[in-house]
Amino acid sequence: MSTALEHPTYNYKVVRQFAIMTVVWGIVGMTLGVILAAQLVWPQLNLDLPWTSFGRLRPLHTNAVIFAFGGSALFATSYYVVQRTCQTRLFSDRLAAFTFWGWQAVILSAVVSLPLGMTTTKEYAELEWPINILIAVVWISYAIVFLMTIKRRQTSHIYVANWFFAAFILTVAVLHIVNNAAIPVTAMYSTSIYAGSIDAMVQWWYGHNAVGFFLTAGFLGMMYYFVPKQAERPVYSYRLSIVHFWALIMVYMWAGPHHLHYTALPNWAQSLGMIMSIILLAPSWGGMINGMMTLSGAWHKLRTDPTLRFLVVALSFYGMSTFEGPMMAVKTVNALSHYTDWTIGHVHAGALGWVAMITIGSMYHLIPRLFGRTEMHSVNLIAVHFWLATIGTVLYIASMWVNGILQGLMWRAINPDGTLMYTFVEAVEASGPGYIVRLIGGLCWVTGMLIMAYNVTMTVKRGEGARQPLPQTA
Amino acid sequence: MDSGTVSGIVTGILIVAFIGITAWAYSKRRKPDFDEAAHLPFADDDEQPNRDTSASANGADSRKNGSCKSKGDRNT
Repeated sequence: MSTALEHPTYNYKVVRQFAIMTVVWGIVGMTLGVILAAQLVWPQLNLDLPWTSFGRLRPLHTNAVIFAFGGSALFATSYYVVQRTCQTRLFSDRLAAFTFWGWQAVILSAVVSLPLGMTTTKEYAELEWPINILIAVVWISYAIVFLMTIKRRQTSHIYVANWFFAAFILTVAVLHIVNNAAIPVTAMYSTSIYAGSIDAMVQWWYGHNAVGFFLTAGFLGMMYYFVPKQAERPVYSYRLSIVHFWALIMVYMWAGPHHLHYTALPNWAQSLGMIMSIILLAPSWGGMINGMMTLSGAWHKLRTDPTLRFLVVALSFYGMSTFEGPMMAVKTVNALSHYTDWTIGHVHAGALGWVAMITIGSMYHLIPRLFGRTEMHSVNLIAVHFWLATIGTVLYIASMWVNGILQGLMWRAINPDGTLMYTFVEAVEASGPGYIVRLIGGLCWVTGMLIMAYNVTMTVKRGEGARQPLPQTA
Repeated sequence: MDSGTVSGIVTGILIVAFIGITAWAYSKRRKPDFDEAAHLPFADDDEQPNRDTSASANGADSRKNGSCKSKGDRNT
């Protein structure tokens, strides 16, 4: 990349690197998802090889979309936002570069080790201990770069987006280190230091807060910067954003036990998790309303601005999945929904509808600015991407709702004599059509991401061309 | 102390903390500071060396303030 693109004050190089990798890992991670969706329709697609079996590719998919795609997006936007709102350069260019290369190394080791079957078996924390140590080192470096940049700020206030980013970075460091505490047995095998239901509780304390801080607080940081920027007006209520922040981080920590309803976990812990999950609706919706209302008086922009549409629809899906989540955490609802495809549908309402859409909207704002332009190469292609993503998400979650409720009802149906009415495989068979619809939804998403990749490539090319000192033409 | 007492105390502390934060955030005294903070995303304009000259008929000033006029812009 030419030095002509360098900003006089800010370190945009590391932001550009992470932004490009966001698109690349987005395509990789979502393609893996589509392969898995296809395997559920046509099981032969696992090719009868261990490395391409569902059980090994599934953690690769989740790691790729959460930590490679989502993680790169969080690094890119947090480094960009902290510099712009603190009006200072990143603390250390070298350490920032280390976080980029270190994070890519983590992802590549996941790409190698997970298909080989090396796993801790902890969901969303499958990577083995040597990789976990690398993650911890990279993450602590990230915290140092981010917090030291805030310390060096030229402004008197710390903008609310940076509060969310900082909470996300610090909490993920704690979660990762505590949950992955393990005794190494061989070079790529370890056992957790926790046992039995304590291990399960630690895992879901981690797992739910990975959702709460990695996939929520971090992306709310994005929301609080890019929604006002794209709507060209300050956030609806800065006061509400402060209450939103403190309420969210106080409540999220306690919601993990709802992943362990009707298990060996003590009943009081399950009930606590359920109550705290229901309370969580309030701060979540407070934040959503704050983002939505930022558009008041600017709703007409949605007609012409597909980037803003991405950001606003992301908020709608955020509101929807943060309503669905507390509902599913209620024990009686959970008795029906747990272990069914409803859970997968809920996760993707959040992951595609909220996380991916707010990321993509932010990237369409960010990428032209990083490459010295004001707009993406093609605004129309953003609109095409928007519709593919929206339709893909709706197909995905609707089919999983149907499948989930169907499975839940079939599993609990009992004959008058007390025997089960259906065998398990009958429920699998009945899920077939839903799996096809889900596959179509996933294909919409990957197509949209490929269009994004083309649009980004053209933007980068033209951006670099535009930096050449051309004679002025009208 | 049994676990019921502990959770009672923790609940009490959290309620007090929440009310305290809310009162602080909504106090009149904080208003000017928060208004200033809310405008931080618009405080540094990036028109200069990092934007191209070809496409910014609508770009340069439109993002500085909360102007609500439609400029027909799409991706600024």
